Amino acid sequence: MSTSNKKKLSIICFSGDFDKLVAAFTLATGSAAVNYEVNIFFTFWGLNAIKKKKGRSFTGKGALAKTFGFLMGGVNNVPLSRLNFLGASPKLMTFLMRKRNVATLKELIDAAIALNVNLYACEMSMHILGITIDDFIPEIKEVLGVTNFLQHSEGGDRIFI
Amino acid sequence: MTFVKTKIELSKLQSGDKLEVLLTEGEPLENVPKSATEQGFKVLEVIHIKDNIHKITIEK
Repeated sequence: MSTSNKKKLSIICFSGDFDKLVAAFTLATGSAAVNYEVNIFFTFWGLNAIKKKKGRSFTGKGALAKTFGFLMGGVNNVPLSRLNFLGASPKLMTFLMRKRNVATLKELIDAAIALNVNLYACEMSMHILGITIDDFIPEIKEVLGVTNFLQHSEGGDRIFI
Repeated sequence: MTFVKTKIELSKLQSGDKLEVLLTEGEPLENVPKSATEQGFKVLEVIHIKDNIHKITIEK
């Protein structure tokens, strides 16, 4: 909870669903555009959005982790949280978004990077899956645990998506 | 999102440069001039082009 008037927003992005990632990045870019300091802490399913390999690949350490890595995929495979229709829905949604001139998920991620949103990855989830910072896009600033995340987000609002 | 794109384009310009933004009536038309002014940019003009499309000229 915010205890000061500093304009800072920190988003814990736990979700790897297409629609929830759109929400997270819309909030992040909208806030950054009006000069908020914005942090996004990607954890668990959220890590899928920031993988360097955007499709399915055997990322991780060990056979089980690699299998999880493959099944989880990258940002090109993120499902809709409901009515996924075996993966058709994210593609249909993206088509609709383009048609209505609304930013797509990819455009939102690019905008977040252009607006210097701070992107962090969760140390614990990475450790479980045997992923390293090199498996992520180069814009990931740092790997954090809870304590460091609390320090980085101190004085601002924290939300969980 | 319109202001997000506007802000990104403005960040690429030099001081004194102008940016023209085409946007739709409703939320974008209400928010973009307001946010631009709040961020210290100068809104030079807002013109209605046709239908629900408007053009805003902003100076960095």
